[in-house]
Amino acid sequence: MMTKIAFVRKKEIPPSAPPITEVGLIGWLRQNLFSSWLNSILTILSVYFIVIILWDFIPWAYGGHWNTKSLRECLDLDPDVACFSVLTARWKQLLFGLYPAEEYWRPTLTFIFLLLAIVPILFPKFFRFFWFSIIYPGLAVWLLWGGSFWSISIVYIGLTLGALFFLTLIRRYLKNYMIAAILAFLSTAVFFLFISNPLVGLLNVILPISLPFVESLKMGGFTLSLIVGVTGIVASFPIGILLALGRQSNLPVIKMICVGFIEFIRGVPLITLLFVASVLLNYFLPPGTNFDIVLRVVIMVTLFSAAYMAEVIRGGLAGLPLGQHEASASLGLTYWQSQRLIIMPQALKISIPGIVNTFIGLFKDTTLVSIISLRDPVGLASTIRADQKWNGIYWELYVAIGLMFFIFCWGMSQYSQYLERKLKTDK
Amino acid sequence: MKKLFFGVLAALTFAAGGAFAGTLDDVKARGNLLCGVSTGAPGFATVDDSGKDVGFDVDYCRALAAAIFGDPMAVKFVGLTSAVRFTALAAGEVDILARNTTWTYSRDTDLKQTFLGVNYYDGQGFMVKKELGVKSTTELDGATVCIQVGTTTELNLADYFKENGMSYEPVPTADNAESQQQYLAGACDTYTTDASALHGTRVNLENPDDHLVLPEIISKEPLGPLVRHGDDNWADIGRWVLNALVIAEEKGITKANIDSWKDTKDAEIHRLLGTGDDDILAMVGLPKNAMYNAIKAGGNYGEIFENNLGATSGINIERGVNASWTKGGILYSPPFR
Repeated sequence: MMTKIAFVRKKEIPPSAPPITEVGLIGWLRQNLFSSWLNSILTILSVYFIVIILWDFIPWAYGGHWNTKSLRECLDLDPDVACFSVLTARWKQLLFGLYPAEEYWRPTLTFIFLLLAIVPILFPKFFRFFWFSIIYPGLAVWLLWGGSFWSISIVYIGLTLGALFFLTLIRRYLKNYMIAAILAFLSTAVFFLFISNPLVGLLNVILPISLPFVESLKMGGFTLSLIVGVTGIVASFPIGILLALGRQSNLPVIKMICVGFIEFIRGVPLITLLFVASVLLNYFLPPGTNFDIVLRVVIMVTLFSAAYMAEVIRGGLAGLPLGQHEASASLGLTYWQSQRLIIMPQALKISIPGIVNTFIGLFKDTTLVSIISLRDPVGLASTIRADQKWNGIYWELYVAIGLMFFIFCWGMSQYSQYLERKLKTDK
Repeated sequence: MKKLFFGVLAALTFAAGGAFAGTLDDVKARGNLLCGVSTGAPGFATVDDSGKDVGFDVDYCRALAAAIFGDPMAVKFVGLTSAVRFTALAAGEVDILARNTTWTYSRDTDLKQTFLGVNYYDGQGFMVKKELGVKSTTELDGATVCIQVGTTTELNLADYFKENGMSYEPVPTADNAESQQQYLAGACDTYTTDASALHGTRVNLENPDDHLVLPEIISKEPLGPLVRHGDDNWADIGRWVLNALVIAEEKGITKANIDSWKDTKDAEIHRLLGTGDDDILAMVGLPKNAMYNAIKAGGNYGEIFENNLGATSGINIERGVNASWTKGGILYSPPFR
């Protein structure tokens, strides 16, 4: 039996364009903003609120005065727009605090070097420049506080000599790491106790390099936020790792110390620790001791964030299957080898969002130092308002400060997302 | 346990206090005076656009530095918030606290401090919008009041309304700037803080004439510099530098005319400026011309007031009770002899 075929298509139908409601702007809008009636309502409400905020904000900010001499002048010109003149007059203070004006190049250079120093850490391509990241902390301290170049570099010289001594011992004379480490430590201690001071004196005479000393009282503005924030972030990370490992340790004493430390620090608010640093420590130190206030604050902030960091990393460690530990042990790796090669790379990768979260939180928490009288941007805002010329300025300062913090925190968050994408192995 | 802790703390404080005897020697050895001032109180202490410390309290410390060193710039200003000011003084971070601090019984005794006198008689006042039609605080029954939490002003407010049988609704704020914003936004009918701050705030409002600082002052806020207990000589120095500035105004000695008193018949002026024969300032360990230098630094009390709080400063506070007793105020220094 034959079927009568009326029509056979010889060619494939070219795919027709998707419906207009699915692609392009309209498609995007439908998918993202109006996918259901609930979404549509939320979209319309959001747009409404954004518009009414911008409706007031844009004319206020766009027409703002930048060149008046005081708030009074702004108000007399046009009271309905922003008086950004306060930023024109005070932006240097917001950035550098009370740092002497003729030395502004020093914090600026420190900041540029900071950007250079973190590149090798953030992007493995540039890892060969890691030596700069190592010398950066000393360089930054010298640039910011000044004084003799040698009194800072002696720390590096001493530590390098100690490390070289340790390596020589291991390579040539000793097989026992522990004894070599103790010997190296003792010789370094001897160096710092007895040799370093005369050596610094000698170097100062032979080749005097020094910058005018700037005391911590003068530090302020974003310079201070960055000093406290960056030091806290950099120092709390390794301490956090050690605490996290210590908390999982089988050695009861180490475990107890770590748990005690973490739980104690997490149990008190940061501002309490800052009060201890600023107020209570003075009672316990002998009178006349000059324990730098910025250093005290940095130590407290570091300890605080290390405790949180430890818990974040512990979360990463807990996320690893037990098999990873067992597999590395079965390969004959020692504890530290397996941590370094197997466990930590995976645990840290899982913890990235939490780690960056802690960093961002720490950076913003630096504004709390204004309560203990340090002149960070928020503290400076009230100082600036106390000048009768600017008494009553409110939004302009906070908008500017908020914007600066946003740039830094947003940058950190963007980097963490880049890192997550880069390290993603389970595609 | 708590008792033990505070006992130890007190013992340490005492030990620390004992070790500070001879503040003048410490200051001289250091080469500068450490003066605790506010991190920001309009008219009293702040930094100007160029980063220089300025203010009423700042000028007092400059006068003190000038008395000791002959150099009004030989002073480092340590900005202190109200939360840490007393401990900073007790722990020796500053030599003297000139931080618009109210002299009260408990601060004088319990906190073991010595107030050197009063450099400004302040008091708590109220600001209202004129359109409210209120002319006196007694008409504020039922008002919403913006008030800084955790301050003596909060307690004064409660006392005052209770005494007068009135009710109010507090709108708590963190600081004067927030009070001001809340008040302008209409969150409260009136806002209250020290009258000096109200005047400074009012001048910079959009239309100052729409606002009124009510005439009543409901509390006594005598502000003055203070030092730690235990060094009476140091306290004497601070007290008499303050007195010297007041006497200078009384006698008409100004920064400009200070060199023209050599031939005066007034023996007290000779003692004060060190132009006479007797050197009475040696008793406290200061040079003979110490008070001359102190007055020369920023002028007499009246000039310092005018530059920081009066018309020149733009804050426009009237002298009122802060005028010399010879001009109807209550500033009255013991004689300099």
